[in-house]
Amino acid sequence: MSSPHVTLRGVSKRFPASAGGNAVHALGPVDLEIRKGEFFAIVGPSGCGKSTLLELIAGLTSASEGSVDFEGKPIANEIPDGVGVVFQEDACFPWLSVRDNVAFGLRNIVADDAEKSHRVGAAIAMMGLTDFTTSYPSQLSGGMRQRVCIARTLVAQPRLILLDEPFGALDQQTRLLMGDEVLRLWRETGATVFLITHALDEAAMLADRIAVMSARPGKVIDLVETNWPRERDSRIVEHPNFGAVTSRLWKALRDESMKTMGRMSSSP
Amino acid sequence: MNRVRLYQVGVIGGFVLLLEALCVGGVIDKITMPPPHRIAIDFVKLFLSARLWPEIAKSMGNVVLSFVLAYVAGIAIGTLLHAHRVARDTLDPLFATYYAIPVFAFYPLFIVMFGLGDGPQVLIGFLLAIVAVIVTTLNGLDRVPEVLRKTARIARLGPLQTAIKVTLPFCAPYLLTAAKLALAYAFIGVIGSEFIMARNGMGYEIGYAYTNFDNATMYPLILLILLLSILMNSGLSHWEKLLLARRGLR
Amino acid sequence: MRGARTPARNTLVLIAGIFVLWELAYLAVGDVALRSPLQTLRFTGGLLQSDYFWPHLANTMQAFGIALAIALTVGLAIGFALGLHRLSAEAMEPMLVALYSIPKITLYPILLLTFGLGMSAKVAFGAIHGIIPVALFTLSAVRGIRPILLKTGRVLKLSPSAMVRTILFPAAVPEIFTGIRVGFSLTLIGTVLGEMFAAQHGLGYLLMNAIGLYNIDVIMSVTFLLVVFASAVNGVLLAIDRRLHFRA
Repeated sequence: MSSPHVTLRGVSKRFPASAGGNAVHALGPVDLEIRKGEFFAIVGPSGCGKSTLLELIAGLTSASEGSVDFEGKPIANEIPDGVGVVFQEDACFPWLSVRDNVAFGLRNIVADDAEKSHRVGAAIAMMGLTDFTTSYPSQLSGGMRQRVCIARTLVAQPRLILLDEPFGALDQQTRLLMGDEVLRLWRETGATVFLITHALDEAAMLADRIAVMSARPGKVIDLVETNWPRERDSRIVEHPNFGAVTSRLWKALRDESMKTMGRMSSSP
Repeated sequence: MNRVRLYQVGVIGGFVLLLEALCVGGVIDKITMPPPHRIAIDFVKLFLSARLWPEIAKSMGNVVLSFVLAYVAGIAIGTLLHAHRVARDTLDPLFATYYAIPVFAFYPLFIVMFGLGDGPQVLIGFLLAIVAVIVTTLNGLDRVPEVLRKTARIARLGPLQTAIKVTLPFCAPYLLTAAKLALAYAFIGVIGSEFIMARNGMGYEIGYAYTNFDNATMYPLILLILLLSILMNSGLSHWEKLLLARRGLR
Repeated sequence: MRGARTPARNTLVLIAGIFVLWELAYLAVGDVALRSPLQTLRFTGGLLQSDYFWPHLANTMQAFGIALAIALTVGLAIGFALGLHRLSAEAMEPMLVALYSIPKITLYPILLLTFGLGMSAKVAFGAIHGIIPVALFTLSAVRGIRPILLKTGRVLKLSPSAMVRTILFPAAVPEIFTGIRVGFSLTLIGTVLGEMFAAQHGLGYLLMNAIGLYNIDVIMSVTFLLVVFASAVNGVLLAIDRRLHFRA
């Protein structure tokens, strides 16, 4: 559990000037190490580059400076094997049933029909969607659609699961329950989980370690270790140290958030 | 000039140059089409001569008449239907299928019923335009958020006041869309009918010029109609975009 | 309010209403300019059994079929090509919309001069009516594919051809189908319209010819047939359209 799974060294990302505006220094420099099997969270103000960081690790974009390694090998603008991503927006294919959506995650990975069917069934069961196997996304609620996307990611048995504010569009109570689901999955699959969220209580509740990012260009300004037991759920809020974790996060974050707000209200 | 404009100018310019080259080079012969520069000269000559001003005026008069009738009636009907769910639901299949029906096929019937005058043409234009206005009005009224109506009630506005101060301003972009569609359809209806069978008007003149191999009249007229419809459409579209942009809707 | 005002029931009530109004109009205007619904139905029956009607119908259907095939292939090709390239899409869309609003019948003399009197001119005329809506809807469909779906494809490491086949195409199908439906109707209208001016065969020709002969029965029958055909096919296509959109 302590060997590095993802390593970022001196990573920076700059976006060049385009028809829309000026060049943007979105992120960095960032040095970070995510350990194998841990639950790692990142919090930070809007626009600080959290999503960019996730995209760098996913291989969806490449760093302007520095290096990103996954399992010891550099990621070079290519999605590495064994990485799964869940986005905030609804990524269900509206024209496919739940089963076909989940099975889509096994394209190019498994050819054997029996194996495919077995894994799809298992992933759907893991997310509690068995009763909806033949339903279409338009018939499901937002939370259920997110579960379909998570099942689609799980079915490929990834070793690293990236979650980009996956519960952002859901109401608070659903979010809390989904948090418990993710913890359960984390334990059952043994994968490393990397979560981006703007909800401090969510990060504090779910993660082993939390990185706090500054306003743009985002850098890591604090790294909090929660030392929660592995067998935990949303009731961790009752733990005496929970308040301390959230206040430490907010203390680090408050100034950065105000900087970002000030920037937003003064921008045209 | 931004890239999009440059692209558009390039496409149009390129097309005109291609036509010019094909005509001058003889690939397109003179009987089929004169070269663009020739059409431009004939265009100017035709309008300086004022020969066809009465025909243009007649056509445009009928277009405007058609448009006004369809627009007013359409908005009135749309507003009424919005308040009466049953009537609206019954007419819904008609509206959904309306524009698949060849309305021009009724033109011969109208000629038989009303004689060969302005009536059938204005009627065709009216029929083509009205349903677009009704459907767009219904769309706009549907979209008035309940919260705005509630705000009006809390401010103790009566029904007429609510309509004037809340509903109408909210629906303004849709009313503009309706005008744009009504104008385009009225134009197509009137000119098209004149073309098929009429005694005067721009459409008739084009047909007449065609039968008499009068390219010097025919092509400038066609060009005029193209320019008029593009100008009307672009003008109203632009206005529509501005209104919608102010609402943050585009 | 219970009583299930289903679309089917609405349609039946509507059709009944139209027939009633038709009968009333006939009673008001008389034989000089109209025929009653019953008379028209009877005459249509006779027409469909006569020898001279079918060649005209076949002619129209042939022209329509070819025009539709052209409109669909060219329209889809243009729509895809433009939709996939952002600058082209942005620049060409307003121009296509402007072309959509011009009275295309005024271009007909040009087509006649180019193709001569006959089938090719009619086919060309029908095709130009249908190409633009097919292209516009296809363009919009391709441009409007939610980026998150493409991002998902990238994350799942799809090859470009798999991306087109399994994501782009299914995502775009509902709107493309709407374009096909509109293109179908407009191509039919264009073909018949073309026949109404300078043609020797076809349903449009029959209509115009009947004015000269003051043959109200033919006018009413052919108009009736066209309206029924156009509405029926459009109704079916609309039902398919709605199902495709419901799933999306």
